[in-house]
Parts: sequence; structure tokens; C-alpha cells
Amino acid sequence: MIELNQSIITVNDVHKWYGNFHALKGINMEVAKGEVIVIFGPSGSGKSTFIRTINRLEEHQRGEILVDGIQLTHDVRNIEAVRIETGMVFQQFNLFPHLTIMQNITLAPIQVRKWTRNQAEEIAMQLLARVGIPEQAHKFPGQLSGGQQQRVAIARALAMQPKIMLFDEPTSALDPEMIKEVLDVMVELAKSGMTMIVVTHEMGFARAVANRMFFFDQGQIVESGTPEEIFKAPKEERTKLFLSQILSH
Amino acid sequence: MTQSNTLLPPLTERSGALRWLRKNLFGTWSDSLLTVAALLLIYWAVKSLLVWIFTIAEWEVIVANLRLFLIGQFPLEQAGRLWVGLGFLLFLTGNSLAIWDTRSYIPAILVLAFPLFLAFLPFENDTRRWLIFLSVTGAIGWGLGFSNPRALKKTVVVGWIISLPILVLLTRGLTEPDAGGALAIVGTNLWGGLLLTFLLTVVANIFSFPLGLLLALGRRSELPMIRWFSIAYIELVRGVPLITILFMAQLMLPLFLPSNITVDRVLRAMVGMTLFSAAYLAENVRGGLQAIPKGQFEAAYALGLGGAQTMIFIILPQALRLIIPILVGQFISVFKDTALVAIVGLFDLLGIARTVLSQPEFLGLHREVYVFVSLLYWVLSYAMSYISQRLETSLGIGVR
Repeated sequence: MIELNQSIITVNDVHKWYGNFHALKGINMEVAKGEVIVIFGPSGSGKSTFIRTINRLEEHQRGEILVDGIQLTHDVRNIEAVRIETGMVFQQFNLFPHLTIMQNITLAPIQVRKWTRNQAEEIAMQLLARVGIPEQAHKFPGQLSGGQQQRVAIARALAMQPKIMLFDEPTSALDPEMIKEVLDVMVELAKSGMTMIVVTHEMGFARAVANRMFFFDQGQIVESGTPEEIFKAPKEERTKLFLSQILSH
Repeated sequence: MTQSNTLLPPLTERSGALRWLRKNLFGTWSDSLLTVAALLLIYWAVKSLLVWIFTIAEWEVIVANLRLFLIGQFPLEQAGRLWVGLGFLLFLTGNSLAIWDTRSYIPAILVLAFPLFLAFLPFENDTRRWLIFLSVTGAIGWGLGFSNPRALKKTVVVGWIISLPILVLLTRGLTEPDAGGALAIVGTNLWGGLLLTFLLTVVANIFSFPLGLLLALGRRSELPMIRWFSIAYIELVRGVPLITILFMAQLMLPLFLPSNITVDRVLRAMVGMTLFSAAYLAENVRGGLQAIPKGQFEAAYALGLGGAQTMIFIILPQALRLIIPILVGQFISVFKDTALVAIVGLFDLLGIARTVLSQPEFLGLHREVYVFVSLLYWVLSYAMSYISQRLETSLGIGVR
């Protein structure tokens, strides 16, 4: 059960510019431990930029971000500490093509967490079993389907035993028949109590497991609420319009 | 419907020498005319060449000076050290082939039987014994690798790493020249021929690689000092011909050093070649680094890997794999560029060729000498190119 007072991510008035383009215009968000957040919105609305500021793949220029009590500043040690506690899954999988699935998963635990190889491989096998592809451990990413690759990417992120998982449009690059196998893994993960921030347009997923949803447009949070509130009674015109566009087909 | 299960390709697609000839060489009457003309031209050229090779050319100049071509003035009584060094290399080669190139025995057989083949040529008996020794050490290396490929992997890598110091030690020697003994020092002024060319190539390539890597990384560095230094170095060196660098190393360097310090001339050439090659390697590596998608960096950073770890484990392995063909091209080009040290007065393969031609009894035999030297360069360049292609296939480049 969620204890809402236990906040793990605090985002306070975050701004980001690309040159003169104001990509994030004062984002505020409080995420509690174990919460599942879904962020959606039209392309170019800043949702990907925002999720990437949380592990400092993008730098914010104003405001503050606290992850698990660590403030993200220019201090490299802080940044790496946050990244160790934060797993990320990308739209394009970004597996390392020159390493086997096993090596993809065990590299960071061995190099960063300083586990022994045996320990890391044991946990990697458990994770591969959890995402349903233990038999692929010794293949290379190029030999797997998109859905399998994305499940490996999830296992790779989980191997670092993060407290938070970030998903940046994890199913957008997948063929339709592979979306479900990835979503199933994500649903299972959400139910296990992982804190998750998910940028996605998979409204079925949002309805099933999201605690809260945020609608982004033009660098701002236009509306937020529980899935119930968002789907049944959206307050803002822009939210209604966007939902009607993505739910109509 | 009665249809046979195996459907043959259409008649026109089937092979056959006659069919191929008719399709490609004698398709139309103008094709036929061109074919005949080309055949005549080839016959004429090849015939003159063969006539020259077998009747006109005086190959005694090569036979009489073979030792000079191979090792220069290196004292004959110490040459056994070089054979031992070569044996060590062949041992490692055989071992590596058995461990990594497991799909075909042909390269191993070719490499290991080659000295044995040479031993059938009319060399002196001493030379023949050494040639047989080479084949035997190579075969032992191969046998060991074949019987225990897993256990030996690390040993072989270590062997290759220590092979350069061992070769240099064997060539140079250890004890005072007057004292004699098995490892008496042989001064670099006596190094020559293929031996010198080989050592220049190996040293320049091995040392320019890490230097070029650092320069490539330096050029992408976020620290302005490092970045500007790397750019300045690369652009400066790439902007001057190698020969000027070699001249500077030979003639200018002594001006900058205190008069009591003298740097060996061969060493100076090695340093010059290394510094020159590093600038080109840096640009090649930079090309490889640029080909790696941004997502690879991001995925590594997101896992908590630091900048250096990301480079070492994620980016460089991919970037270097991409540029293997370019790297080998650079290595071969360094090998051929070593011929320029002849101009600054060293007796590498080309330098030796010039001294051989100045011997009174062999005046005017330029064609024979330069054909032979070119052939040696070509055989070794092609061998390097061939090895790189095998390396590429066994690393599975282009497969995934």
C-alpha cells in the first residue's frame, strides 16, 4: 500500500531551454514511494525531456530535483548516485550490440555495484526468467525480436536494483503484436511495488496500474489526476481533445 | 497438375563454362572483337614479362645479397637470435590460429608449412635447419592451442604483449659487444633490411595506437586545453609530409637537445613514424566514435557507468570494431611508409636495395632489385590485409 507521505522524487519549478526554445516551463511533481505515474501528451510537449531530467540525461536550468534525498546539481558524484538508484528504459531499447544479453545485464552490476560475476549472473538469470526469456541469455541483441530486446532492457535496468524505474515511450518502437509482452512485464513490475514514471500512450496500461496521470502540453502540466478522474471527467479542453484523438481509433 | 517437387532454375541461369563464355565474352560481334583484342594485349604484355623474368633478368644480385636484404649488416654469428625470435612469433601465430581461427585449417597449414617449403630451396644447410625449426615451433604452438584452446587464451595474449620487448631484446642484445657471448649487443647501425623495416613498422604501429586513441578522445574532450592541444597536434602533423618529420627527427632534434645527449638514429626514426601515424589514427578513431549512436552513451550513463567506464566497455569496443578495415589500411600504409627512412640514411629494405645497387659487380640491375623489393612489400602487405579480413569474419562484423 502506498504511503503518500514518503516522497521519493520531488520536482520543484523545473525549467529547461534549448537555445531560445522553452521546453519545460515550471514543472512541479511529487512522487511517493511505490507510486506508478503515467505521463502523456502530444509530441514535443516536453514529456520525454522531463523524464530525462530525473536522471540527468538532460540538465535542467532552473528549479530543483531531488531523487531519493539527493539533489541533482553539477556534482558528478550526486549524478552517478542518482543514476545508480534509477533505472531507465528507452524507446529504442539501446542494448549494447557487441555484448551478449547476459553481458548487457551484468556489466553495470559488476562494474558499478562491484558484485562478483557469479552473483551478477545469478541475478541476471532470475531477471531473465521474470521477463520470460531465460533461454536467450547467450545470444546477441541483434538476434532477438524488438519485444524481447525491450524486455532485456527492462531486466538490464532492474539488475542494478534501482528504487525508481523510468520508462521513456517503451512500446512506441514495437510492432503491435509485441507491445503486449512488454506491457505485461511492466504491469507485473508495477504490482510488485516499484516506483515507476512511464511516458506512454498506452491508455490500457494507465487504466490498469497508474496511480496518477499527468497530461503535458507545451512544456507544462496541463492536468493531473487519477486515471478515473482523467478518463471519466477531464477538466481541461486540451486534455479532452487529446484523449479523444488517441482513444478514437 | 503434375509438377515435380524440385524446380530447376531457368536454363539461362545455369552455369557452365561455355555458356559463361558466350554470355560474357562473345555476346555480340563487337564483344567478340574486344575479347580477342584484349587477349592479344594480355598475351603481349605477359609474354614480355615472362621472357624478362626467365631469360633476361639476372637474379644473382638477389641470391648473392639475400642476407643483406633480410637483415642488413647484422653479424652472421648472431643471426641465430633472430631465428629464435622468428620462431617465437611463429609459435604464437600457430597457437592463435588454433584457438581463434577454428573454421578452417588452411591458413594454419599455409603459415606453418611455408618455412618448410622454403627449406627445399637451395639454401645453405644452416639456413635450412633454421627454417625447419620455424615450422616445428609453429606446429608445436598450433598443437598446444588445438589440444587446450580454453586454458591457453590468456597465455597467448600475454605472449603477444611481451613479444615486442623480447624481439627487441633478441635483436639488440644485452651484454657488451666486446665480451662476445650469445647476447652481445648489436648496434642499431648494423640493423637493416627487412629486419629494420619490420621493427620500424611494429614499433610505430604499436605505440601510435594508444597515442592516437588518446588524441581522438582528447579531441572530443570537454576540457578546452586538452581539446585544443589535440586538434593542434593532429592538424599540424597531418599538414606536413612524413619525410619532413623524419628529416626533423634526424637533423633538427639534435639542435634542441643538449650536446651530450644523443638519441639513436633508428630510435629517432621510430619516434618520428609513431608521432606521424598517431595523428592519422586519431582521426580514424574519431570517425569510429562518431558512428556510435547517442543512445549507447545514454544507456550506459543511465546504468550509472562513469565516463571512462562507458568509453572502455561500451563505446570503444564498438567504435574500434567498426574501423578495423581502416586501421589495417593505416598499419599497411605505415609499413610501406617506412621505406622513406632510406632517404634519411637508414638501411631498411629500400635503403639496402640502394646499397646493393651501388656494388660494382651489380651496377645497372635496378629492375631486378626493385621488382624483388616490391614483391616483398606486396606479399607482406597482402598478408596483413588477409589476416584482417579473417579477423573481421571471426569477430562477426557485419553479421550483427
